Amino acid sequence: MADTVQREPGVRPAPRPGQPLPRLPARTRAAAFVRRHKLAPYLLLAPALAGITLVLLWPLAQVTLFSFQNYGLPQLTGAAPTQWVGLANFTATFRDPEFWLALRTTVVFAVVVVPLTLVTGTAIGLLLNRLGRKMSAFVAGAALLAWATPPTAGAILFYWLFNPDGGLVDWGLAGLPHWLMGSTNWAQYNWTTTGAVQAYTVLTLLVLWTSFPFIAVAVLAGLKTVPAELHEAARVDGANRRQVFWKITFPLLKPIFLVLLLLSVIWDFNIFTQTYLITGFPGNQNEYNLSLYIYDKAFGFPPSYGLGGALALIFTLIVLVVTVGYVRTSVRQGVLT
Amino acid sequence: MTAAQPRMRPAAGAPGAGARAAGGGRSRARTARQARAVTRNGIGLIIALVTLFPIFWMISTALKPSQEIYSLTPSLLPAHPTLGNFSRVISGQASGIGSVWLFFRNSLSVTLATVIVASVVSLLASVAVARFRFRLRASFLIMLLIVQMIPGQALIIALFVDFNRLGLLENLGGLVLVYAAQALPVSIWMLRNFVATVPRELEEAAAIDGASAPRIFWRILFPLVMPGLVATSIFSFITAYNEFIVALTFLGQAHSSYTLPIYLTYFFSRGGAEWGPIMAASTLYTVPVLAFFMLVRRWLVGGLVAGAVKG
Repeated sequence: MADTVQREPGVRPAPRPGQPLPRLPARTRAAAFVRRHKLAPYLLLAPALAGITLVLLWPLAQVTLFSFQNYGLPQLTGAAPTQWVGLANFTATFRDPEFWLALRTTVVFAVVVVPLTLVTGTAIGLLLNRLGRKMSAFVAGAALLAWATPPTAGAILFYWLFNPDGGLVDWGLAGLPHWLMGSTNWAQYNWTTTGAVQAYTVLTLLVLWTSFPFIAVAVLAGLKTVPAELHEAARVDGANRRQVFWKITFPLLKPIFLVLLLLSVIWDFNIFTQTYLITGFPGNQNEYNLSLYIYDKAFGFPPSYGLGGALALIFTLIVLVVTVGYVRTSVRQGVLT
Repeated sequence: MTAAQPRMRPAAGAPGAGARAAGGGRSRARTARQARAVTRNGIGLIIALVTLFPIFWMISTALKPSQEIYSLTPSLLPAHPTLGNFSRVISGQASGIGSVWLFFRNSLSVTLATVIVASVVSLLASVAVARFRFRLRASFLIMLLIVQMIPGQALIIALFVDFNRLGLLENLGGLVLVYAAQALPVSIWMLRNFVATVPRELEEAAAIDGASAPRIFWRILFPLVMPGLVATSIFSFITAYNEFIVALTFLGQAHSSYTLPIYLTYFFSRGGAEWGPIMAASTLYTVPVLAFFMLVRRWLVGGLVAGAVKG
């Protein structure tokens, strides 16, 4: 194999890579050069590195620069020079009450939704493991469809379900008996513009609907790796179901839970598409989460890429803290080997 | 009943019930077990139906004439099913910016191009990290893990400025570039495991038998890595087909370049919501991928779990 991959990239620097057989001296020389200097892995990585640098790393560096500049529309079009403004973008951000409100919304949403999706997903994963094969495949298939629904379509669909004019939820709630919170007040109840709590209730259900399947399937995959003998032995020794879960299943699945927890935190913290559509961006500022707030500052009117950059940097740093946890967990689980 | 069921024989709901069952009432234990199985299946069925309901409602709304959509007592199924909403979406009359096929074609070309570019580039890179030991290997892998987490909302500002300078805004090629790069970190991580499982001896044996390097690649490595490529392709497919923020920011007012999610968003936020046509467009956006995912399900579940959770 070593030969395979060392010669493949050796083709690249050759004058005519398209031609298959004629062994041009230049080509052999290039191949020998690659082999001598052990360049093969670097050549193989080159396209990936170029793409990642251009689209992910360089923009991050640039956003960092913007955050200390007054970069806006005049600077973009070249009508006015770019100036360094020090920490002005950051102080402006920290002085803006809307920023703190958006941060609070983001954190509260994650704190509510992450445990909710994890517990629901795990419970359904455990159920899938105990169901018969056909039933399990049916439930998992339904979950797969919810997960595979594009976020844009899912958000618009939930907007329609919760719509005051003809939406199914309001009609259903209005028709419920009184002791079940049913009342005619629900008719034409506006979920998306009344306030943040109402809009984020819809978002919670939407996110739960889209993200429990992934957790359930991951937990199910983990459960399949737990040897049945362990459970059997515990049962023979008289352990009850709850003890088996907490003493055997949970500890064995802990690495999976940890990764799922960190991924969920990042996903729910980053959520943009669904909040954009459900809150009807640029609608009610009080319904912004951090992502929408950043987007509004950067691309709203007037666009300020400097202010947006400062916010993006703050946002990335927060996410990075969680990411470090994720990377450390992954490395400890031996993913690098 | 699964094969695992008999193993659970001593199992019982409440603590102590197991002992009772073992003591005598065998048939009582069996009835209790059956009752639990029925309950489990019932709960499973309810979960499946609740999960499927929104999708069902989307299709049902798409097939209803507008007086039924806004009826005071909505019915589950359309009483007079019609394809009128679909034809208004296909003619472009409903959205005012073009036929849904135009946007479907845009989305499909962006998605396929992304899948091809990302697959080729990540296959090369995964061979590098799976087959070679070089100095920056571990750093590269950790860099991928971190980079994959950088929020798109943070990058979009600089990407917008850069691509504006490059003249690649309002251009489907620019989207492909961004999507392919965004799909790389996860694709490389996933493919790496597949490449690593191909036994080196196979390739060495072929080399000894005189097979050329490209031949070894195409005849040995490639077929064995194929399932991995399918899994990563599905991943890049999702990334590109669903992507929202970059397309939203890049495409601006260039209606004819809109991808499906941006078309839907435009249609949806234009006001005077016409739910019939919007749901028809959503159906045309969603149902093909759902069908596709059911077909590739086998690869999907294993690959995604392997990519996200190495368990």
